[in-house]
Amino acid sequence: MKQITALNNLEEGQYANVVSLSSCGTIRRRLQDLGLIVGTRVECVQRSPLGDPTAYRIRGAVIALRCEDASKVFVEI
Amino acid sequence: MRSLNDPFGKCAADTGLTVIRRQSDDIVIALAGNPNVGKSTVFNELTGLNQHTGNWPGKTVSNAQGRCEHNGRGHILVDIPGCYSLMAHSAEEEVARNYLCFGEPDVVIVVCDATCLERNLNLVLQAMEISERIVVCINLMDEAKRKGISINVKLLSQRLGVPIVTSTARSGKGLSSLLDTADELLVSEPHNNVSELVRYLSPVEDAISVLIPALESLPIRRLQPRWLALRLLDRDSTLLSSLCSYLGFDILSAPQVKEAFQRASDILKNSGISDNLSDICVAGLVQAAERCCLNVVHKSPNSDLRDKKFDKFLTSRITGIPVMLALLAAILWITIIGANYPSDLLSDLLFGLQEKIRSLLLAIGLFPWLVSLLTDGVYRVLAWVISVMLPPMAIFFPLFTLLEDFGYLPRVAFNLDKYFKACSACGKQALTMCMGFGCNAVGVVGCRIIDSPRERLIAILTNNFVPCNGRFPTLIAILSMFFLGSSVGLLRSILSAVLLTSIIVLGIVLTLAVSRLLSKTILKGLPSSFTLELPPYRCPQFGKVLIRSMLDRTLFVLGRAAVVAAPAGMLIWLMANTYIGGATLLEHFSGFLDPFGRFLGMDGVILLAFILGFPANEIVVPIMLMCYLSTSSLTSMSDLSALKVLLLENGWTWITAGSTILFSLLHWPCSTTCLTIYRETKSAKWTLLAFILPLCVGIIVCALFANISRLFY
Repeated sequence: MKQITALNNLEEGQYANVVSLSSCGTIRRRLQDLGLIVGTRVECVQRSPLGDPTAYRIRGAVIALRCEDASKVFVEI
Repeated sequence: MRSLNDPFGKCAADTGLTVIRRQSDDIVIALAGNPNVGKSTVFNELTGLNQHTGNWPGKTVSNAQGRCEHNGRGHILVDIPGCYSLMAHSAEEEVARNYLCFGEPDVVIVVCDATCLERNLNLVLQAMEISERIVVCINLMDEAKRKGISINVKLLSQRLGVPIVTSTARSGKGLSSLLDTADELLVSEPHNNVSELVRYLSPVEDAISVLIPALESLPIRRLQPRWLALRLLDRDSTLLSSLCSYLGFDILSAPQVKEAFQRASDILKNSGISDNLSDICVAGLVQAAERCCLNVVHKSPNSDLRDKKFDKFLTSRITGIPVMLALLAAILWITIIGANYPSDLLSDLLFGLQEKIRSLLLAIGLFPWLVSLLTDGVYRVLAWVISVMLPPMAIFFPLFTLLEDFGYLPRVAFNLDKYFKACSACGKQALTMCMGFGCNAVGVVGCRIIDSPRERLIAILTNNFVPCNGRFPTLIAILSMFFLGSSVGLLRSILSAVLLTSIIVLGIVLTLAVSRLLSKTILKGLPSSFTLELPPYRCPQFGKVLIRSMLDRTLFVLGRAAVVAAPAGMLIWLMANTYIGGATLLEHFSGFLDPFGRFLGMDGVILLAFILGFPANEIVVPIMLMCYLSTSSLTSMSDLSALKVLLLENGWTWITAGSTILFSLLHWPCSTTCLTIYRETKSAKWTLLAFILPLCVGIIVCALFANISRLFY
């Protein structure tokens, strides 16, 4: 059963595929430049000691995103 | 062909960089690439220059250039700021894009990270759209090997239609063949496969093909019509103005383009493409990069295991922050014990020489007052700077560089970001603070990595709250004299490191508090979005880093001592020996400052030393000692342990020491930092605020500390 959720809801170690990107402006373009487009497979690597931000593996690179920014990326688990 | 009358006229104005060819046949090579792929290392290895390198994205913030000879020809290398894209979403991307488009480099080398090739290819493809003569340099091959990643270079080169060179820039491997390849490319027909590789949705392709013939009929110099058509349709406003000044005419108002542009726009509109064109472009590039990497990159399933293990330890919920503090304390501890021996050695040597120099100078017949000026003034301050200040600086800095090389600094930002978010600031501010430990001026320049102007300004204004390298020795010296009691040996140095760490933590807490204050008052705003890349850990090159940065630091401090400390010594001597109305000028000044100094828990001499130490923080303590000595019965200070006696004789208590430590942490930035702040903000108002802000905090904190302590003492 496939389930759609926001990226920030992933648990450490969980993988998911991007289904849509609702962020806008600079952050939208930056995420796209990093290779985060519809269909990209993302791994939630680790939360920071204070719980936010969280590090994600996107196309081989580890990128930390704040909860607000990750919540605008929708993924399919 | 490049026009000889105007080789870089207008375009140079756009990029803020004029390339100076020493010979007319010099080859200009642009070095582009994602942040933190080792462009600066490639640049340094090839040019022999010493651009700052380190394992975090965003070190190179403006173009740098250097020249080298290869195969008997001059090569000028231009190191462009690292960027993820050439669509000019940020300042450094615009600098990079403008240089590639309008700087007319002969060859563009795109440096890629072998451990993350697919993402890097996105930029390669964009560069290929702009310029036909591209060499791909896949760097960090040693890291890829260690991670079990293999790359079929031949297949990739075939697919892209451009030459590829693999390298390990840190050890210089592959770099000479990089220049060979660039030279070969220069004599071959310009070509690459990008237009076949990156195909956009068919309405976009249709629209491009309508516009291309119109563009080709115009003198668009070296620009690629296909790329230009895409950017025009995407209505890239930052490009249009630069384009206009580069070409000397407004391309969209040329009649043939105007008509074709209208038709092309209609094609897009009829297919329902308007604002989402840039999404389509990015998707086209990312998917093309994905296709290029198919069967080219082979990863072992455990390739990221090592990084994950480190991260589990260095950034996890339980260990992340304690380990960070422990690392800081450990570095400080090594600095403290490491500095002891050279410090004693240097002071014995230098102060032992003082009398010999004096008698020598007297023997050659110089005036006694001049001899006193040179030995008691200039030489003594120099000797103090070198013996007390230099050793901790020359030890701390390389240790910190090791952490930087290892890739730890972005993790500090990752660990602390939530605090910065609570203050409506950017987590990358933590990175700029780390740079501030080395030198606040460097920290201020580093603030360019913060995209949001508001958050960047906050980071600039508060950078001075972390003590720089020049203030550590002061803190260490006062701490060990007044706050370690009778503890000895190992315990003493550990205690001293712990105290110093708490002072730094106080600085960090104040940074956060002031950042919060700023974002609630004059720099109001919500925290903005940002992405923070956590690069793979790299094994630092211990020998190279330690020796190089220790030498660098030593030369830097010695240079500054000559420029700043020597004149300061002379000034103090003159002030101490000029009598006006029965008292020396020095006594007048310090007497004037004394009441305020006492209110802050210090005295007039200490305040005067801070004021005269404006050019460089490392001369504050030497100036202070000079002032005390000039009025003290002690005339010679050959032993460092006698310092405390001198201070006690001048009325120092632990309150004086505490206040001096606090004021050293919290006062105006040094002159170099102030100048840098002015250059970065281009505003006298913000520079003034950066000066006043820490001073006000310092006055409040010192006054509170001193007056409350006096109640109990």
